[in-house]
Amino acid sequence: MPRIIVEVMPKPEILDPQGKAIASALPHLGFTDFSAVRQGKRFELTVEGEVTEQVLASARTAAAEMLSNPVIEDVISVRVDDEGAA
Amino acid sequence: MSTETPLIGDFRAAPAANPLGGARIGVVTFPGTLDDRDAARAVRLGGGTAVPLWHADESLQNVDAIVLPGGFSYGDYLRAGAIARFAPMMNKIIDAATASSGTRLPVLGICNGFQMLTESHLLPGSMVKNDHLKFLCRDQVLRVENTSTAWTSQFTADELIAVPLKNQDGQYLADPATLEALEAEGRVVFRYVGENPNGSRNGIAGVTNETGNVVGLMPHPEHAVEAGYGPDDATGMRSGTDGLTIFTSVIASLAGGAQ
Repeated sequence: MPRIIVEVMPKPEILDPQGKAIASALPHLGFTDFSAVRQGKRFELTVEGEVTEQVLASARTAAAEMLSNPVIEDVISVRVDDEGAA
Repeated sequence: MSTETPLIGDFRAAPAANPLGGARIGVVTFPGTLDDRDAARAVRLGGGTAVPLWHADESLQNVDAIVLPGGFSYGDYLRAGAIARFAPMMNKIIDAATASSGTRLPVLGICNGFQMLTESHLLPGSMVKNDHLKFLCRDQVLRVENTSTAWTSQFTADELIAVPLKNQDGQYLADPATLEALEAEGRVVFRYVGENPNGSRNGIAGVTNETGNVVGLMPHPEHAVEAGYGPDDATGMRSGTDGLTIFTSVIASLAGGAQ
């Protein structure tokens, strides 16, 4: 069944405390190549049937109004999951 | 602040000659709410009648005010307060709090309740994880900077109060323009005194809306309403009852509005 992927990230100007904690833990495990980490969210919305433009528009609205909080987060992308389509 | 130390379980703290002793204050319970019983007890100790409300119901049962208590509604899934915001009861509360005609319903959001109010856009800004990433629980001194809201009318200007603080997502954020407006319009109701406990912008612990009927704060006034169970204060261990004034204030505001 087709899926729509929604990605949400904390706004760039807002300090991401979780990402910062991960970044400071990485070197302890020997991962020294990464200077910063930001942690976001990925939502997978399963669609019964075809992903029409209307369904995609509905996903964009859900992403803006519920899946993200515009005060602290940005919706990075709302797209159809092509990998699962085959 | 009262100079006499009330005894444990002394219910006479409730004003005897309260003109609106029957003020009905709804306390909403969501799945995962923790502090609804404490909030209801605070309402009763303040002289009101606590009316339990259920998130899935649509009737406000003619209450005169609403408390959204603390806890972890829906396990803080998605974002703290984000799922609760879409409960049927919340839609009724949002309508009643923003009514264009008649009296706007006084609403107090404590901790997770404050997060519901920002998610509902009844209050500006949002909460994110504490800057130190730890859950923090301690007695916290706050300065009451706005005494004209429905919930703070009985405090004196810049009064210092001590109430418990306990949260993980307590860092208050808003964009610079919003912060500037909040400060300019005197809508910062409570500010942390001393070291900022969680990185909140401008040390903001609580804010109000433009009409002063909706107030949200992260610390817990409902845990500082009864001697023996509150924060330590000058009169002794666990004697602090500073939070009670929030609940007597709204009852007084309702009485004033009824004249």
